[in-house]
Amino acid sequence: MVQEFFFWVLAVTSVMAALGVVGVQDIFRAALLLVLAFLSVAGLFILLNAEFLAVVQVLIYVGAISVLIIFAVLLTRDVEQGNPSNRLRLPAFVGAGLLFLMLTSAIVRTSWPEIPSESLARAEEVFATTPQWLAGLLLREWALPFEAASVLLLAAVLGAVVLIRERQP
Amino acid sequence: MTLERFLILSAVLFAIGLYGVLTKRNAITILMSLEVMFNAVNVAAVAMSRYIAPAALRADPSATGDSVVQMLLTGQVFAMFIIAVAAAEVALGLAIVIAVYRYRETVDITQVNLMRR
Repeated sequence: MVQEFFFWVLAVTSVMAALGVVGVQDIFRAALLLVLAFLSVAGLFILLNAEFLAVVQVLIYVGAISVLIIFAVLLTRDVEQGNPSNRLRLPAFVGAGLLFLMLTSAIVRTSWPEIPSESLARAEEVFATTPQWLAGLLLREWALPFEAASVLLLAAVLGAVVLIRERQP
Repeated sequence: MTLERFLILSAVLFAIGLYGVLTKRNAITILMSLEVMFNAVNVAAVAMSRYIAPAALRADPSATGDSVVQMLLTGQVFAMFIIAVAAAEVALGLAIVIAVYRYRETVDITQVNLMRR
């Protein structure tokens, strides 16, 4: 019952904040609403027994990515021009709406294989202690993608530095 | 119903983000809408990992070994990699936006047409 209540609160908050990101005229406010959307998604992760991911979400999205975006908003002077749309407004709305209808009908029609009742107790046990299982998974089964992700981040940081650096005359 | 409502919420967020990516002219807003889409995908991945049984568990419901049960968390691992890739993407994307702004004094992507001329 409590979970039900929090789900609806978080769902409405995240959808409203996402609509604000797309619709608000002031880009700086849009960036702040994006922070709100990230926070409510972190709450949804907690509802889904993914506490570690919720903390990662707060640290990386709320802490790092939004600060980066706000810095970019402040560094560019286009803020005064507001948040204009291009001429594709109607086709984009129809396209996004159609995609949403397709996804929803697929979600509703599929019969999802739920966790069998014999192993439900074990599954609950796993979901109560996700961080240690995730550590095992990341450093054993997914060790290679894990290292690839670290190389990717290093390359991205180097690329960003090279792109932003002042050109020598 | 519990899984479906998380997936439908994810679909709503994804559609909003897609609309923003397609219509906005400010490159920074496009990146922000892209982040909303990434978050929608993450919600879907984590909800699937919470509610759906992996094939190995369906074939043999009594299996409770570590390797089988760890598959329950595959969605969360996917979400973690998506977050890492999103961080790299936003760092590079904003670097490109700043570089373009320095060169053209604008972040309006309809004005950036160097490749067309």
